[in-house]
Amino acid sequence: MSVDQASLGHVRAGAVEKAKPIISFRNVVKTFGTTVAVDDVSLDIEAGDFFALLGPSGCGKTTLLRMLAGLEVPTNGQILIDGVDMGTTPPNKRPVNMVFQSYAVFPHMTVRDNVGYGLRMDGVPKDLRAERVREALELVQLGALGGRRPDQLSGGQRQRVALARALVKKPKVLLLDEPLSALDAKLREAMRFELSQLQQTVGITFIMVTHDQNEALAIASQIAVMNKGSISQIGKPADLYEFPASRFVADFIGSVNMLEGRLTKDEPSEAIVACPELAPFPVHMPHAVPGNVGAPVWIAIRPEKMNLHKNSVEPPQAPECPSAHNVARGVIKEISYLGDISIYHVAIASGRMLRVSRPNRSRWDQEGFDWGETVWVSWAGSSPIALLS
Amino acid sequence: MATHPAPLEYNRRWPMRLWLFGVFFFLYAPLVALIAFSFNNSKRNIVWQGFTLDYYKKLFNNNELMLAFANSLTIAACATLIAVVLGAMAAIILWRFHFWGKSAAEGTMALPIVVPEICMGVAMLVFFTRVMPWPTDLAWPLNLGAIIIAHATFCFPFVAMVVRARLESFNHEEEEAARDLGANDWQAFRDVLLPHLMPALIAGALLSFTLSLDDFVITFFTSGPNTVTFPVKVYSMLRFSVTPEVNAASTMLIVLTVALMFVMMALQRRAAPTGKG
Repeated sequence: MSVDQASLGHVRAGAVEKAKPIISFRNVVKTFGTTVAVDDVSLDIEAGDFFALLGPSGCGKTTLLRMLAGLEVPTNGQILIDGVDMGTTPPNKRPVNMVFQSYAVFPHMTVRDNVGYGLRMDGVPKDLRAERVREALELVQLGALGGRRPDQLSGGQRQRVALARALVKKPKVLLLDEPLSALDAKLREAMRFELSQLQQTVGITFIMVTHDQNEALAIASQIAVMNKGSISQIGKPADLYEFPASRFVADFIGSVNMLEGRLTKDEPSEAIVACPELAPFPVHMPHAVPGNVGAPVWIAIRPEKMNLHKNSVEPPQAPECPSAHNVARGVIKEISYLGDISIYHVAIASGRMLRVSRPNRSRWDQEGFDWGETVWVSWAGSSPIALLS
Repeated sequence: MATHPAPLEYNRRWPMRLWLFGVFFFLYAPLVALIAFSFNNSKRNIVWQGFTLDYYKKLFNNNELMLAFANSLTIAACATLIAVVLGAMAAIILWRFHFWGKSAAEGTMALPIVVPEICMGVAMLVFFTRVMPWPTDLAWPLNLGAIIIAHATFCFPFVAMVVRARLESFNHEEEEAARDLGANDWQAFRDVLLPHLMPALIAGALLSFTLSLDDFVITFFTSGPNTVTFPVKVYSMLRFSVTPEVNAASTMLIVLTVALMFVMMALQRRAAPTGKG
């Protein structure tokens, strides 16, 4: 299994090296009046990716997508689609198609006419058009509903119409603007899976805009995290989660305990950070970290990478580190039971709250932790992420 | 059965019912009387003498009245066409573009609605006699030109208002989707925006048509001896005596107007459920 994956990864990497990026943003700037929506973004997107633009609202991700579609014109910079500079090419002349947030299904046309609209605009002859519409509707499993009108469809079905309508034109890139935000929770889960299946079936590059980090992690093969008009970090979902490059990314993707500290030792095999909030126990990492000794650093630790221990006089031994490191003692102030996991809010001596999550592996928790209980929190040496910015 | 009215069921308490009856009585009793007396078999039409349809027959044989009726319909049709095109264009321009003096333009557009009709009438009279005299000796229906322009002037703000309200519910993304799928500006307008506006255009047209058909004051000032409309003709008949023929003519106008209003309401109700796609 692992061998297969490795060789597969190798082949993929080799192919990517040769291929030109399908989308290139080069120093793209977009301002609306005095507000800068997109600030000097350069970004390459490889063909075949399911790429997610992830960020909080107002970070410029939708503007970036709209510029790609030609619905906005960049104030500065270049956008290349498959190596061709798009300049001020209008949206109807671009080899990309979009699924809008509201789906924007034409309410006065049947499903079939909606899906066939783009082909009609392209002058595709009627019989060929009917055939391609039928194929597209089958692709999104709406084969039987071609004659319906949009007001007779559910939200999920309307989204499928929007997908079919965009895919029937065989674009080089499919753009999706918050595709799942209007669906209810259960359907959203199902559609995540379906979207990535669909992308693999059609083999078209998908670019999705979302503010939902879970959605991006679940579907995308590459994610660009955006903040205030700039790209903070680009990477695979797991890389962004486990190796965030900044406090913003660490905080935006998943939840995290962020602690401020000072680097007291930095050697190839060991780094020590003293965090006042964790005093007297320092944070140990079995590897070097960026930054100079004495410099301020932030330590980020994910809640699921922390452990709870019953109260004892001596601190517990955290894995992969010397004793009396990577531990903290505190009192459980709150427990959020979420079914699959429980989240414990532990107030440590400095008054700081730590979030610790534990999977509920058995139906009767054998060593249950309760409200008000004094506990030790520990984490392995490999768990902390040291961040400079 | 005889339960107590709930705290907010005012319409089940007798003072409110009395009041409602009063309102409806004063609103509709004159109209009912007018219609009833159009069937009165009495030339002087003061007391009820018996049922007859004679005055309706007389009405249809009255050539002058029939010409006035034809004039009214022609004027209403032409004025409606102009008002719908102008009103819709104005509404779309004000909705889509931001330009200097936009709010001023919006305000002045509603002026024909708020200016007293008598002032509009006098203004039209002055305009068509002094500023831009409209020749009176043109062949029918060209001699109606001045009235048509006057009617279009007070009808188009109503169309603009209805269209503007409809535009507020338009989902911009639908138009963008059309562009994205390969439509140029004109195709996107024709295939997406126009169908969305259709109910408002129909409602605006019917509104214009009834307003134009009913108008007396402005028409009175702009019509010449050969360009008499139905309401103006009814008024001139009234000056001699209130015969049942006048009642019959008025009844015809009421029936036509009410029928048009029903068509409008039906069309609007059918268009209402169309939400965002």
